[in-house]
Amino acid sequence: MALYENVFIARQDVPTTQVEALTNQFAELVTGLGGTVSKKEYWGLRSLTYRIKKNRKGHYTLLNLDAPPAAVKELERTMSINEDIIRFLTVRVDELEEGPSAVMQRSADKSDRPGGDRGDRWSDRGPRRERPRFGDEAVPAEGVEE
Amino acid sequence: MSAQRRPFTRRRKSCPFSGANAPRIDYKDVRLLQRFISERGKIVPSRISAVSSKKQRELAQAIKRARFLALLPYLIA
Repeated sequence: MALYENVFIARQDVPTTQVEALTNQFAELVTGLGGTVSKKEYWGLRSLTYRIKKNRKGHYTLLNLDAPPAAVKELERTMSINEDIIRFLTVRVDELEEGPSAVMQRSADKSDRPGGDRGDRWSDRGPRRERPRFGDEAVPAEGVEE
Repeated sequence: MSAQRRPFTRRRKSCPFSGANAPRIDYKDVRLLQRFISERGKIVPSRISAVSSKKQRELAQAIKRARFLALLPYLIA
């Protein structure tokens, strides 16, 4: 059997529970055809960088598969029929990664900001401190942040 | 001659994907791939990014996959 990664995007107005149900349904399909699903990873509702079938956001899910080609073909066929799935990609890989993928590692910042990566730059700063007034002499501001 | 620093020659930068703890090229790693696309969303040529040609092919493939999944834009208007 071969190793595959499958990412599919579900429509934005599908509830999260149904995405989960879909994921399980696909996983069952693969196991039913003699494959195994070693990882199911839900990336959450992310904004798409361009519109797909009038959708601006989508639920991303990653599946790691070890499956025979027939199972992958059947999986792709079911996905293409399902109207809640707006896009999917199956990639053959040499090895499946363990643990959370790159998408999860950078966690939930920026998720629904169309402006890209830059929106959240200041979020890891602490709360604002009182700014020393102009003319105040005693300004031991250094090292307060740490 | 080579020891002396001539004008208009730059030291060759090494490939960011070779070396001991180089990042793996992965279509899911948007943050990494974003560094190799231009402001318009184009893939940066390897002569500018100094990526080796082998890795550039891999990188281009990864960027195209990320585009297909709407993780990266095809074009930024």
